[in-house]
Amino acid sequence: MEIKTENYNVIYDETSQNIIFDGSLRLNGTAEYASISELLNNVAQQEPEKIVLDLKELSFLNSSGISILSKFVINVRKRKNIQMVVIGAKKNPWQGKSLKNLQRLMPSLKLELE
Amino acid sequence: MNSSNIAIKQILGDFIQNLPPSQEYLILSFSPGSIPLRQRWRNNCLSADFLADYLSTFFLGNDNQQPDSEKQAEVKSAVSYIANELLENAMKYAVEMSPFPISIQIHLNPDLIIFQLTNSIHFQRTQEFQAHIETLLNSDPEELYIAQLEKNALEEECEESGLGLLTMLNDYGAKLGWKFESLPQDFSEIAVTTMVQLKI
Repeated sequence: MEIKTENYNVIYDETSQNIIFDGSLRLNGTAEYASISELLNNVAQQEPEKIVLDLKELSFLNSSGISILSKFVINVRKRKNIQMVVIGAKKNPWQGKSLKNLQRLMPSLKLELE
Repeated sequence: MNSSNIAIKQILGDFIQNLPPSQEYLILSFSPGSIPLRQRWRNNCLSADFLADYLSTFFLGNDNQQPDSEKQAEVKSAVSYIANELLENAMKYAVEMSPFPISIQIHLNPDLIIFQLTNSIHFQRTQEFQAHIETLLNSDPEELYIAQLEKNALEEECEESGLGLLTMLNDYGAKLGWKFESLPQDFSEIAVTTMVQLKI
């Protein structure tokens, strides 16, 4: 599964169970995020043992995007048996500020900032 | 519409009325009437990135000669996020095709960046917006933020995330304030200025 555009890419690699985001994501509201939500929901539905959200190359995300990632984390949390890892990078300062909230939603979530 | 019957609170939150002059500032202004606002969405990113990139230049290291690259990256990221969220809000809530311009100003002070976004909203939306502001100002931002995320997750069809201003408060520790002003030439609209103060 993958979504590729001029400004951002979202790719799910089934073998590594990594969902990789890159570029800059500042779409207009839930409607424009629908295809990304669908990809994320599909991954959650497959109930893999582990899901890695790799955001290292995601330079910007607006608040609508933060809402979409939070929804996904809550969806994964409901399934109980999935181990969730979020990887960010210190070179994207927004991640140090905003990603910790995902951990508040799901305390077992592992957050790594490289 | 007779606006005199409805009390409009002028100032809410942390709003500096007479902003001291600063050496470095930028203003972008555009008319919502020239093209439909929703078609301007991509300009939010361009404007926010430009403002952020421009201002980050002024952050030099202790010797005032070389750029402090870590600080610059932090300022750039924060300015870009906040400016983009403010512009997105203006696109969503400003009166479409209004003659009243949307403007964003950013003032740079040694340890404080001040954002001011002005747009007009429909007069009828004032009370609803002010009630929302009171909730923002009178709640614990962290609790409200988490509650909003949980609420969004339950609502399949919610169009607005309601997170823009909350992330500024909770993630960026910014101070927020608002000024409401009636427009003498048009009682159906009211001008709203949102001020964001970001410590750096």
